[in-house]
Amino acid sequence: MFKLIPRENVSPVLSLLGPLFSVGLTMIVGGILFYFLGVDPFAAIKMIFWDPLMSETFSTYSIPQIFIKGAPLILIALGLSVGFKANVWNIGAEGQYIMGAIFGASFALSFYPLESIVIFPAMILIGVIGGFLWSMIPAFLKVKFQVNEILVSLMLVYVAEQILALASLGFLRNPDGAGFPGSRNLNQYTSASNAEIIAGTGIHLGVLLSLLMVIFFYVLLFRHSLGFKIKLLGNSPKASGFSGDNPNKLIFLCLTLSGSLAGLAGIMEVAGPAGQINIDFNVGYGFTAIIVAFLGRLNPIGIFFAGIVMALTYVGGELTQFMLNLPAAAIQVFQGMLLFFLLSFDLFVHYKIKLKGNK
Amino acid sequence: MNNKIENTLFQCRAINKEFGNVRANNDISINVRTSQIHALLGENGAGKSTLVKIIYGLLQPDTGSMTFSDKEYSPKSPKDARALGVGMVFQHFSLFEPLTAFENIVVGLDKELGEKELHASVITLSESYGLEVNLSSFIGDLSAGERQRVEIIRALIQKPKLLIMDEPTSVLTPFECESLFKTLKKLASEGTSILYISHKLKEIADLCDTASVLRKGAIVGEYDPKKMTPRELGEIMVGQSLFEPKRPVATNKSNKVLSVKINEVKPDTQFGVTLKNIDLAVNQSEILGIGGVAGNGQEELMQILTGEKKDRNVSIKYMDNDIEMLNPRERREIGLAFAPEERLGHAAVGNLNLLDNSLITDPKKRFQKKMGFIDFGELNAYTNEIIEKFNVKTTGVSALASSLSGGNLQKFVVGREIGQKPSLFIVNQPTWGVDALSAANIRQAIVDIANTGAAIILISQDLDEILEISNKVAFLTNGNLSIPTNTMDIKTDEIGAIMGGISD
Repeated sequence: MFKLIPRENVSPVLSLLGPLFSVGLTMIVGGILFYFLGVDPFAAIKMIFWDPLMSETFSTYSIPQIFIKGAPLILIALGLSVGFKANVWNIGAEGQYIMGAIFGASFALSFYPLESIVIFPAMILIGVIGGFLWSMIPAFLKVKFQVNEILVSLMLVYVAEQILALASLGFLRNPDGAGFPGSRNLNQYTSASNAEIIAGTGIHLGVLLSLLMVIFFYVLLFRHSLGFKIKLLGNSPKASGFSGDNPNKLIFLCLTLSGSLAGLAGIMEVAGPAGQINIDFNVGYGFTAIIVAFLGRLNPIGIFFAGIVMALTYVGGELTQFMLNLPAAAIQVFQGMLLFFLLSFDLFVHYKIKLKGNK
Repeated sequence: MNNKIENTLFQCRAINKEFGNVRANNDISINVRTSQIHALLGENGAGKSTLVKIIYGLLQPDTGSMTFSDKEYSPKSPKDARALGVGMVFQHFSLFEPLTAFENIVVGLDKELGEKELHASVITLSESYGLEVNLSSFIGDLSAGERQRVEIIRALIQKPKLLIMDEPTSVLTPFECESLFKTLKKLASEGTSILYISHKLKEIADLCDTASVLRKGAIVGEYDPKKMTPRELGEIMVGQSLFEPKRPVATNKSNKVLSVKINEVKPDTQFGVTLKNIDLAVNQSEILGIGGVAGNGQEELMQILTGEKKDRNVSIKYMDNDIEMLNPRERREIGLAFAPEERLGHAAVGNLNLLDNSLITDPKKRFQKKMGFIDFGELNAYTNEIIEKFNVKTTGVSALASSLSGGNLQKFVVGREIGQKPSLFIVNQPTWGVDALSAANIRQAIVDIANTGAAIILISQDLDEILEISNKVAFLTNGNLSIPTNTMDIKTDEIGAIMGGISD
């Protein structure tokens, strides 16, 4: 059988090539998948990766869209990456994203139709707190009872989805909505609308914040002692204890950051592109962000580019849906492949494979 | 066979082995004669391990040839080597912890004999060589000495003509060492040749008939250890003259720096040691040596002293302040410094570079600017200073800690702590696995800061080290600490009684 032997020198070039390589491989295997779905693979791949950027027909619409879809991915992935560096595995950002949206929207709508400039910033703050509180549940259970945060954070996604359904059908349902599920549209409530900041593009405050956060996290991780403490805990809990750090505080910090950013992404989305709380408000950004975090090598700059590439597959994927009739699930498979290939490639970067019995 | 030497059992000629650009073995030739204990002496990284791995079939030489009992010998695996009559006892035990001693001995044997006959032959073997082991005990429950005896029996049951012992005494008490030497001498007198690897000079003089000295992958020469002083042998091994650090001349002994009282502290895991009745104090300019065999509470005591473990039954007074509830960082801030035994994964982190490793212990926030931002200029300067002062061999501050050899990493860790100019330095196993010259330098550095007024607690399993530089000594056995006595007043046979009596 096979045997994995750790490599003594991990090539930095190879580990940077990993993400590029996995994108390439995803294109090839994805193309084969599309072929069997009865779609011309070359046309589909071109439509996902090329047309959104270069086609005259689509690009004026799609380029801003890439940033709009990329923003929540980047925000969430930045928060997650800090935890992943410290071996704190929050995989329930989707739930924190939903709770951020519900908290913020509930707050804002409770003042409807009162107009005030205080509402918008307060709504954002409440949204952040919503995501934060939801992530404190796994944090508390982990620190207090050593419960695995992976399971707790994941299961809380499903709880959050139920609360979302409850909100859409119950306490947040639009009284003027003729009985349809879903809240009032925040875009029609001036004080709470996350309006576009560049006219005609749809680019909103969240996009700007996602770029600022890239810089913030870069500084935090590479220039600040907190980033060092996080890195130390992830590399060696024993050395972290020897240094004098309290691992529980760092676990709380990591989950605070990831929960708050997911909450921020949620409130930005619901008050902006989505417009309203509805049953199908969440589209899996919280899960896709995990892929983005790893594709970006847990590095803020990398995460920025990974977020853009992933957003490209969303925007391009939508194009293929209405132009080529590719099912939406095919695009999800496509995105999943990216992480799969990246992780496989990493294995080869870090290990040599030896056939047992041979020299 | 024109240069054949009388009674040669094993011979290797012009063995070469390269790893990447490193020539681990360079034209090595040795002769091991029948019935002799042949020492292979050299520092860490001199190529001893590579050579014995080649002899035991774990590695293949790039060029060169070997003969065994006058026949061409080129084992492709340890299995080949064992079949031809070469056995080996490793430094790091390769025993299965969930199995019993007996199961460990017979696992991997070609089962020609029945269980009962095997059992009988194992017992005969262990009795005739004084290798006492309770065969039905699980390995996890055995002491280091007992585990080693299991390893030796496992090697002997194959009736080897050549037995390779890789640094066998590094885990033994003086008493256990003596009984090991008896066993080895008996084996040699009955016709077994022993290739004995070590860098401990005294034991080589006591035990070995011949010593081949290796330096930087090449043979320096073959010597008769009985006709040389350990120091002469050591200087050949290191390639330069050695110095012996002198214990600090304490002048202001009356200033007590630290006192520790422990009634009872239970371990965190079932394999840990309960610390009991510990009462120690150390003064300015004084080195308190704490001896004892591994696993008698050193790790647990160290954790209490660093603050990684806090316990209500402990009282620690540092210059009249109660500090038992302070965490390691807070203790560092008031002048303590620590260097734990485990270099990688505790004192330093392999995946991080040296800059990051300097940040691990940063009392007084030297490397922080306002608001917790890292001062890379300061950090760079300090890290370079350690590298320079302590002669750490590395490619630079951005080298990963894991790329440093054990000795160099230890110099880095000790340098990092001493560079903080602590008033109290607590160090566990400062020279474990470190080459002789670096070890002497590390000891000297410890003595130097003691001479400038620092108090030192030196926990070490190396008895010679403790006797050489400490002013007072105490011994840990089963979590109990003996009453500290002046090093000058203590007699070697008393030490044996304190250490061996309780631990055995």
